[in-house]
Amino acid sequence: MKPIVKAEVQNLLNQFINKDVYIHLETTNGAYASHLNENAYNVGAYIRNAKVSFDQAKIVQDGNIFRVGLKMEIGWIYAEGLTDWTMHEETKLLMAGHDREGRLMVSLQISETPFSY
Amino acid sequence: MEKHVVVIYPHPDDESFGAAGTMTQFREQGVPVTYLCGTLGEMGRNMGTPTFANRETLPEIRKQELIDACKALDIELRMLGYRDKTLEYEDRGEVAAHLKGILQEIKPSLVITHYPDHAVHPDHNALGAAAIEAVRLMDPADRPTVWAQALTEEIDGKVRERDIVNDVTAQFDTKLQAILAHKSQASPMLGLMNTEDKETIEAVKDRFNTESFFIWKYDD
Repeated sequence: MKPIVKAEVQNLLNQFINKDVYIHLETTNGAYASHLNENAYNVGAYIRNAKVSFDQAKIVQDGNIFRVGLKMEIGWIYAEGLTDWTMHEETKLLMAGHDREGRLMVSLQISETPFSY
Repeated sequence: MEKHVVVIYPHPDDESFGAAGTMTQFREQGVPVTYLCGTLGEMGRNMGTPTFANRETLPEIRKQELIDACKALDIELRMLGYRDKTLEYEDRGEVAAHLKGILQEIKPSLVITHYPDHAVHPDHNALGAAAIEAVRLMDPADRPTVWAQALTEEIDGKVRERDIVNDVTAQFDTKLQAILAHKSQASPMLGLMNTEDKETIEAVKDRFNTESFFIWKYDD
């Protein structure tokens, strides 16, 4: 993946507007967080291949990190802490946020075809 | 001497961190070893340092790392096809029946797996429980011995001495080679080993120079 350039990613987000798309949305701090530090909490959530449609999509820069909001007819999809992006198999937009050690903390992925499951 | 050893863990790299030295000891004796790997670690958050994997490329990358690690350990590999982080939601009986079928085919004399409820990661606990159940479902006369690996100090509220404590110092080079085959996952550990802090280095070595297990006791 490469560091997010806002204009490039905004341009790609626009291409998914008003289409049926599949979403992978995830956040995690690892399965060992509370094992390695008893004061930490294991927190994580993911949804893979949720089929949605959104009519607005916007990426916002905040220092070195980015947020993305997708507006659906009756709700929102939101991700904070994104740092990197790539196009996977030329059709799937992958965005993710990594910590200093390169570990994934958050990801938002959009595709017109399902992600492998 | 064991006839055949089957190791059952859920993730690529569980075998290298947890039992590579023990498996190498068995291979040195000429005992066949088969690793049943539950998932491809699809939901892992380590993407390499610096990052070279992403959520979509990680499964294939980890699959190749797993194949390379098993080559380094000279063991047979079978991939079970479950998905990372989901094992505790699968039907326990179905997973146990799946494992039992494989065990009846291989006929191992020893099975190594995680100690249910004391293996920290939900996948470890779930697959360990299914493996122990798979052996329980077998005719008592045909059952292999089961070594269960706990990753917590305390078992059911008290510190219990492990039945099997393997010093794998002599196998450490092979073990390290297997760990390093998991390139996308090994860097946090190597980060610890590269620290200036001698206590940390010793703690890491101590942790990985010993592989310990409980012998599972069946009531019937």
